[in-house]
Amino acid sequence: MGRTRNFYLQLGFTLLVCAFLILPVLMSIVAGFTENFFIGVKSGLTLRWIVVVWDLYAPTIFRSMYIALATLAVTLVLGVPTAYVLAKRPGLVTRLIEEFLVLPVAIPGLAIALALILTYGGFRDFRTSWMFILVGHVLYTLPFMVRSVLAVLSSFDFRILEESAASLGAGFCRRFLGIVVPNARSGIVAGSLTVVTLSIGEFNLTWMLHTPETMTLPVGLADSYASMRLEIGSAYTLVFFVMIIPLLIALQRYGTQRIKKVGRA
Amino acid sequence: MRRRENRTLFLMVVPAISVGAAFFLLPLARLAVVGATGPLGPQAYLAVVTTPQYLEALLSTVVLSVAVTATTLVIAGIAGVFLERNRFLGREALLSMLTLPLAFPGVVIGFMVIMLAGRTGLIGELTALLGVGRLVFAYSMAGLFAGYLYFSIPRVILTIMAAAEKLDPALEEAAKSLGAGPWRVVRDVILPALAPALIASGAICFATSMGAFGTAFTLATDIKVLPIVIYTEFTLLANIAMAAALSIVLGVITWATLAASRAVAGATAAAAG
Repeated sequence: MGRTRNFYLQLGFTLLVCAFLILPVLMSIVAGFTENFFIGVKSGLTLRWIVVVWDLYAPTIFRSMYIALATLAVTLVLGVPTAYVLAKRPGLVTRLIEEFLVLPVAIPGLAIALALILTYGGFRDFRTSWMFILVGHVLYTLPFMVRSVLAVLSSFDFRILEESAASLGAGFCRRFLGIVVPNARSGIVAGSLTVVTLSIGEFNLTWMLHTPETMTLPVGLADSYASMRLEIGSAYTLVFFVMIIPLLIALQRYGTQRIKKVGRA
Repeated sequence: MRRRENRTLFLMVVPAISVGAAFFLLPLARLAVVGATGPLGPQAYLAVVTTPQYLEALLSTVVLSVAVTATTLVIAGIAGVFLERNRFLGREALLSMLTLPLAFPGVVIGFMVIMLAGRTGLIGELTALLGVGRLVFAYSMAGLFAGYLYFSIPRVILTIMAAAEKLDPALEEAAKSLGAGPWRVVRDVILPALAPALIASGAICFATSMGAFGTAFTLATDIKVLPIVIYTEFTLLANIAMAAALSIVLGVITWATLAASRAVAGATAAAAG
């Protein structure tokens, strides 16, 4: 079909927007491999900044991974049964429960972090452990798990399947694990990817909740941007991209419509 | 039978509700109380609007967030409708790149702005080449504006595309056959149909910009936006009551914006359907 002038104008505009979003990413990737970014690529390419990042910040990378997995485990245990109940008994009470559980997304992370510190900061061992960060991440990500699973469970009548299973003598646990969970699988997968992605990138809460011993990757990034040379910050950002981009591609594949509301900056 | 089942269902939601009550509701209540029991007492909440320093921060944060929201809606509206309507080589790749920044934390977005508009940034290089001097604006309100656009555009594009998918082409054909020009079609057919999506994603964009901390933290901690002021009051000045009061005000603003948009966009959607 023929392309009008209008088409090319809009295409040009969209490409400009894309350039605004992608060029800095490419620049930072190049900077991470460049000997001296102020001179430019002609100063030579090197892996030494990656090595420096590894020496300085490797613990933050592993800590972010295990906090993300712990957050995932907790949100699965809390979120999947909750979504099931919300889908099973749609009504005022469950609606209120849902509203209550998704509330943390509507409040800035900084405010939630201050609230947590003022309430639980006195418990020294808790305050200084990674569990304190875990609590913040669970609050922030649980709504995405609940909504993702709920969306799938609300899209078909799983109750009929459950009733047939019950009439064949299947007990509650068997019905839940054998029918509800497998049928909600796509929502659980999309929710899990969202939770892990958000947890790995969470900064607003974590910056307030962390201690020098419980630094996570984004906290380390802020530290490197503030106190290290640009190349080190870039190399560290590259490590973050390597961790987050596979998750994002998986998310785009498994839950395009579901990620539109994620994230805060 | 049903009663037993109800008990089981109740037991299944208890853990999530308990976690929410213990680590969200209770701390927020505590935050509100702390805000009201500092040296100023409950007056601390009033001080948010009576102290010039706080009022200025509040207003500049609101103005910045409104500007970001309006600009994002225009940019993402054009790009989103275009991408939904047209199929061309490389569209999928373009879409992936446009949604890539979705998972970037605020700090990384701040760093991206430094890459673009910092002291060795791309924009500075270009303007230096053009002979108009090195343009550096990353560490100012303009840098924050760029950063907030950066994280808002991907999210809004996805919402707009989902809404544009449901547009009925017959309505546009009808408008055109009745003699409406392209702008009239946009104004009278496309925009009203996208209104719920624009309101919903605009509200998310505004609320996110109001509460954004990481980007501002990376670019400059002396930019007076509300989250930075809260952070400074809390950590540097140890003015904990004021930080708590400001946090509560900020939380009420973001929550009310999102709740209002859902009420309005929900009603519009119902009316349209």
